This record gives sequence, structure tokens and C-alpha cells, in this order.
Amino acid sequence: MSTEPTGRTTPADDGSASAAADAGDALVVGEHLTRVFGRGDAAVRAVDDVSFALRRGEITTVVGESGSGKSTLARMLLKLLPVTSGRLVFDGADVTDRTDTTAYWRQVQAVFQDPFSAFNQFFTVRRLLARSRRLLGAELTEARMVEALEQVGLAAGDVLGRYPHQLSGGQRQRVMIARALLMRPSLLIADEATSMLDASLRATILNVLTDLRDRAGLTILFITHDIGQACYVSDQVLVLSRGRLVESGPAERVIFDPRHDYTRKLLADVPRLHDTG
Amino acid sequence: MSAARFSARFYVAAGIVAAVLLFGLVAPLVFRTHQVGDVVGGLYDHPSAHAWLGTDNLGHDVFTNLMYGTRTSLLIGLVAGAIATLLGVAVGTLAGYRGGAVEEGLMGFTNVILAIPSIVVLVLISIALGTRSTLTLAVVLAVTSWPWTARAVRAQASSVRTREHLDVARLSGAGTFSLICYDVVPYMLSYICMAFVLQVSGAVLNEAALSMLGLGPSGGVSLGIMLHWALAWESVRTGAWWAFVPPTLLLTLLAFALLMLQSSLDELFNPRLRRHARRRRTARPAALPLPVERPVPEGAAE
Repeated sequence: MSTEPTGRTTPADDGSASAAADAGDALVVGEHLTRVFGRGDAAVRAVDDVSFALRRGEITTVVGESGSGKSTLARMLLKLLPVTSGRLVFDGADVTDRTDTTAYWRQVQAVFQDPFSAFNQFFTVRRLLARSRRLLGAELTEARMVEALEQVGLAAGDVLGRYPHQLSGGQRQRVMIARALLMRPSLLIADEATSMLDASLRATILNVLTDLRDRAGLTILFITHDIGQACYVSDQVLVLSRGRLVESGPAERVIFDPRHDYTRKLLADVPRLHDTG
Repeated sequence: MSAARFSARFYVAAGIVAAVLLFGLVAPLVFRTHQVGDVVGGLYDHPSAHAWLGTDNLGHDVFTNLMYGTRTSLLIGLVAGAIATLLGVAVGTLAGYRGGAVEEGLMGFTNVILAIPSIVVLVLISIALGTRSTLTLAVVLAVTSWPWTARAVRAQASSVRTREHLDVARLSGAGTFSLICYDVVPYMLSYICMAFVLQVSGAVLNEAALSMLGLGPSGGVSLGIMLHWALAWESVRTGAWWAFVPPTLLLTLLAFALLMLQSSLDELFNPRLRRHARRRRTARPAALPLPVERPVPEGAAE
């Protein structure tokens, strides 16, 4: 686990706006991000006043149980869902109300949870990848597709002509990562990307992600309900509970010295992987 | 994944539909002794070797009329069914996919159309049109029958809309049109296919109803027009069954086969409805003890 940058800045544990203070080397800064579904009495604050900063070249993990607002947060960052209030800054520019998503999606890409439903079952891998033509234009070449597939350890010849049902779960998820990498993004959001894979495949995907960080300097937002995985991959951990950020900080600090009861509870629920002594 | 998934019902229904299609589209090319409008006998001549199904009130050959009438009815049915399905799918998909105000607006409009009895609109439009070609009639039938398809497709589209592959496609830069054409509609194809079959059967029957009222296509013969003349010239009272039974039978057969085709397709696409498969599955354990029991009577015989 690489945790070198931790000495410099430590986001406040109470999850307040001071997390945005280290915007200097941050690729993404969220300030008081809030998303409300419904209105009146039925209103649900899925994400409630969450502030954070994602530093370049680091893996930040968002941990929380189901319904804690992780995926809503991811969808807001992906601009697939409008922000109710708060501010979203990407690479120094305010993108909260930006409507031109074409340029944004060349920078920010995602991998989702279910490696089957994320595929259009009528498309081959080649057609799936070729769909990026609208974003990439003439930059999209066969060589670039092959390169993206190689980055995730797939041989282009094996998978390009295949339909999703002809691929294994691990291959499908790697194709999904390759699709995201095709854009050469600076931020990759992995929303529960390993949750539906078995244990050995999970490790493979996690290694692909850490490799991407170490070799390509990719900034990654990793979303999971499993704090054990957070420990394995991340530099920074954000803990979400019922839409609120309850704890944030360097991975080692949050995992080995949790300060919030909810984080302790999450850790207590994990089958013992480390001697937390 | 093979033909074994089709039920017997499907084959029966598809067979009848194919037979009617053959009769309407191919038979006029084969049996060419008489043409539509040829006077081959007198008023309601009995069936004979010369006129297989007798003659109608004008001395025309009923069999010839039946072939060409089936062709007209099928043509109107297929064209009207296709247009109605297209309209319904377009409105329903747009409403379901966009949601919000677009959905409210489109569905509000659809519900208003649904609330008006379509036969009244059909009759009024048909009267307003001086001459009605086959195509005009098909369009008139289509514009009054798309709403329920729109409603059903909307429900499907709004469920497909939330699927993850749409988010992935959006992130790849796919535009709204591309998303609807490649990511939403293909996922509803089985449903659209069934809707089309129902629309065809509805259009065939509505055409017959209009034609029977004397509002059918001008300058041709359809199954409904045959019934119209048969009723107007008292074939029922005079016992000239050959004038009204064949078109009635064909219409019934076609509508029945199309409905059966639709329900067997529904069964094929919607596994929860496969009662045959379930029956077979539950039947199997009951059949198992048989080989065990068999040795007993054999032993008793020795």
C-alpha cells in the first residue's frame, strides 16, 4: 500500500469542508455535495453535505453499507445525475452545472457493479468499444482498442469479436475497464466493480486497478461496501453512512485507528484479515 | 436454444396464419380461371365445378372474391398493424425513456385518445373520406389503434431505462437517438413483436367491421365487403350460405390464429407463463415410479 502523501494533508475526520483545503494537488473536489430525491415529506437526502478531495494518482475508497449514498455520489461525479446543491470542481474548473458532458467523459470514466447488465447483449466487444467514436473521433483506432484491452490483460484477438455471453465474468469486467481506459481518462470511478466477482477474480481486478495507479498515474475512486478491500487498495478512505461523510483520512489511519463508531462497526463486521492489534 | 422451445400451440397458430397468408397472397396467382368482377353465373348459384363456392348476388365467383378479399384484408391488416406498432413504439419509447414532463404529456394525450371509442372515430373518418384506397383505410385504422401499444411499451421502456448498460453507453458518448435505437428498443423486441401480431389481428377485424357497414375500401373486394353484400342481398334469409360462411370462417380463423400466435409467443418470451413446461416437469417425477412397478406384474405372471 502506498501511503506517502499522507503526511502532508489529512482531511478532517469530521468530514467537514476542510477536506477541500488541499485542493492544490486534487483532481476532483466536492464541496457540500447534496442530492435529494423526491420532495416534501417523501424527500430522501441520498447524499447529504459531503465534502472531499480526490488527489491525483491516488486510489480513494468510499466505504459504506447499502443505501449509504455511495452510488448516488458516483453518479453525481459522473454527471449522470444532477447535483441538488453543493459544488463539484474538476481539474480546477467548476463543473457542477456543466452540460457539455462530451469533453467531461473523456476525462472521467466508470466501471459498474454488474458485469453482465453493463453490457448491451446485442453488441460484440468491438462494437461496444467502437461506440466511443463520438467522444474520440478519429483518435479511435484498432490499435488503441488493442492497447486498452492489453492494459487489463486481455488479448484483443480473443475477445473483440465476442458477445458478452461468450465471456466469463472476470473477462467481462476487464472489458468494461478497457472500455473506460480507451478514453485515457484522468479519473476512473469503480462503483462496486468487484462485488459480483468471486474472490480470485476480485484480486485480479484490484491488482489491475493498483497497476493503473502505479504505472499510468490514474486517479481512482473505488466504491465498495467491503472495508477489507478498501484496506487492500486505497490511499485514502471516505466512510459514508446514510448519505453523510462520517470519517475520512489516510487508509491506514482509518482502518487501524477508526474514530467513528460506524467505521468501527464496519471493521468489526469484516472477517479478520489483519491483526488490528 | 433450438426449435424445441416452441410449443405445439405456436406451430398450430403459425401454421394457420401461414396457410391464410398463402391463400391470400399466392392463391390468386395460381387459380386464374376467374378474375374479380367477372360475371360467371346468376344470383347466388350453388357451388359447382364451375364456381367452387358458388356465386354472389352479382354472379361473381365467391372463391375468387375470397382469395382477393383475403389479400385485401391481410394487406390492410399488415400495413395498419405495422403503422400502429411503429406509432405506439415511438410514442411509448419516447415517453418511457425521457420520463418527467414528456412522459406526462405523451401519456396524457394517449389516455385521451384511448377514452374515445375508436369505432366512432373510424366511422367518422371513413365517412369524411370520399374515396378510400386500401392504404388510406390502413392509415385510418392505424391512427385509431396505436394508443394501447404506446401505453404498454412505455411501461417496458421505463423499466429498460434504468439498466446499467445505458449508463455505460452514455459514458461512451452515445446520443439519445442511438441509445433509444440500440439500447432500449432491442430489449423490447419480443414485446414489440407480440404487439404487432395483436395489432394485425385488431386491424383485420376492424377493417371487416367497417366494410360490413359499407365503409370499406373503394373499388375492391375484402372479406368485410363480401359480408356487407351478403347481408344486403339477403343471403342469410335465402339460405345462400356460401356467400357469408367462407368469409366469416376465414376471418374467425385468422383472428383466432393470430391471438393464439401472440399468446404462444408470450409464453416463449415470458418463462413464467410456460404452463406446458411446468406440467411436463411436474409430470416427470410422477412417471418415474413406473419402471419400478413394472417388474411386479412380470413376477406375478411367472
